[in-house]
Amino acid sequence: MLASLAPMIELQGLTKRYGDKTAVDHLTFTVRPGVVTGFLGPNGAGKSTTMRMLLGLDAPTSGDVRIDGRHYSQLSEPLKYIGALLDAKDVHGGRTAYNHLLCLAQSNRIPRHRVDEVLETVGLTAVARKRSKGFSLGMGQRLGIAAALLGDPEILMFDEPVNGLDPEGIHWIRNLMKGLAAQGRTVFVSSHLMSEMALTAEHLIVIGRGRLLADTSMADFIEKNSRSFVRMRSPQPERLKDVLAAAGHTVVTTSDGAFEIQDADAADLGTLAAQHQVVLHELSPQRASLEEAFMQLTAESVEYHAGGSLPPGQGGAGGPDVIAQGVPAGQAPGQQPPAQEWGAQWRNPGSGKGR
Amino acid sequence: MASPSAVLQSEWTKIRSVRSTVWTLVLAFVVTVGLGAVICLVFNNQWSSMSDSDKATFDPTNTSFFGTSLGQLALIVFGVLVIATEYSTGMIRTSLAAVPQRGSFYAAKVAVAGLLALVVGMATSFITFFLGQALLGSHKAHIGDPHVFRAVFGAGLYMTLLVLFCVGAAAMLRSPMLGLGILMPFFFLVSPILRAVPKVKNVAKYFPDQAGQKIMQVVQTSDNHTPYGPWGGILIMAVWVAAALAGGFLVLKNRDA
Repeated sequence: MLASLAPMIELQGLTKRYGDKTAVDHLTFTVRPGVVTGFLGPNGAGKSTTMRMLLGLDAPTSGDVRIDGRHYSQLSEPLKYIGALLDAKDVHGGRTAYNHLLCLAQSNRIPRHRVDEVLETVGLTAVARKRSKGFSLGMGQRLGIAAALLGDPEILMFDEPVNGLDPEGIHWIRNLMKGLAAQGRTVFVSSHLMSEMALTAEHLIVIGRGRLLADTSMADFIEKNSRSFVRMRSPQPERLKDVLAAAGHTVVTTSDGAFEIQDADAADLGTLAAQHQVVLHELSPQRASLEEAFMQLTAESVEYHAGGSLPPGQGGAGGPDVIAQGVPAGQAPGQQPPAQEWGAQWRNPGSGKGR
Repeated sequence: MASPSAVLQSEWTKIRSVRSTVWTLVLAFVVTVGLGAVICLVFNNQWSSMSDSDKATFDPTNTSFFGTSLGQLALIVFGVLVIATEYSTGMIRTSLAAVPQRGSFYAAKVAVAGLLALVVGMATSFITFFLGQALLGSHKAHIGDPHVFRAVFGAGLYMTLLVLFCVGAAAMLRSPMLGLGILMPFFFLVSPILRAVPKVKNVAKYFPDQAGQKIMQVVQTSDNHTPYGPWGGILIMAVWVAAALAGGFLVLKNRDA
């Protein structure tokens, strides 16, 4: 029974290659029990492939993934251990919601009344006898979640559960995941949206192009990545720079001639400039968003760049490029490749997967 | 291991809860029985205009099974859809996440489809026979006549094996489009045409449908001579079925879902 108290997912050098394309590249991490772990990566990073290998649907090229020390195929009634929603469309649309859940329940000897219970939980009782091909995206997603909850499992795994949902549906799933974690269950959820993860996940695993980029607590990630700085512009840049340097601030000059000062207070800097009678045209506190930090972390590993002429988000209000200069590369937590590699090579044509 | 009875129960729920199961099996029954009845009626009415040699080699049992040639198309659809829709709908991933022991999953699916086909096949076969004989009037065969019971029972067996062959083939092809696109023309066009081509027909005799249909014949003529007997024919078909099912299992076992 000890195992069921602390269900754990362990990946050990998990690798999946399709021909010469590596979808998942030596992933090693542990999904810890009792918390929501966010599995983050850009589209095509290998999140779904990893999850499919976890469920024994795809065979790894090498490496290993175990649940409580066992392979998925060694679980005799797996739905009682781990409930997964990979793709809500993975149902036979000609079957009613009730029968879909019933056939899954029967295969794992889950009592029939659980079917009614999970239908109630996800709010599909009214359409239980309707064939699922007529379901909307949100209803399909609810049916998939009902299937995941069927065996009352300790581990739940959702692949991009909020994709394509309306705000009400997103809100519902968010609360559901929090509720499941609050009951002490292990929740492993993938997303390509950092902002979504920041709201639900306690722990964060970031991958890009199949490789592990970060394995950190959400608090650490926010602490390290959501840095604040002050942006200043002046018609007397040389004088301002001297003043700031004399006061002990590190000044970074951006491409448009503005200055950025890390970890400084805008009011202090304004006072300082006034004392030295430097004219300011801009004095603004800035905060890099988590989304930007995430994009920076995965910039090199993004599979498909739009257009390919700008780095993601550049041309906005000095956001991402600020981080590129302002955040020392080595500060991103747990990144695998050498620091100068990522961000620097994102434009490298060879960095795609060669499709 | 997952409990075999639990997986069987699950597969039974799956098969009975989609419409295609009902309409393919009903269609197979109606077409086989209906067409057989019509042909028997025609023979009974045309009897006086038949030649003496035709009268001598008339096989009332086999005549009543004339409808299987068309009715079997619905059985092919049934066999293909049972497994191929798992792939076309994506259900296969949900199914294998629930039953990761792929051998158990496959065995249960094959068993449920096979048993259902056996029940429907036998019902179709016996009803076809008795209705057909009733319409043949004085030219009818009796179930107690030599080899007749074997032929009627064999017809049900043939339909079951045909379904199982299609299940195995569809498990290899993993797509309803491919499965239907290959198996329907093969059994409806290619095999019957090759049966009529000299020399080639000696090979075509070993095709699963032609070997299997041997068991429905009661009267042997020079036309339908084969190097194997009725049970030999069904055995040849069974070998085809075993090969298709084994191939389907290997594909399911070794390929990513």
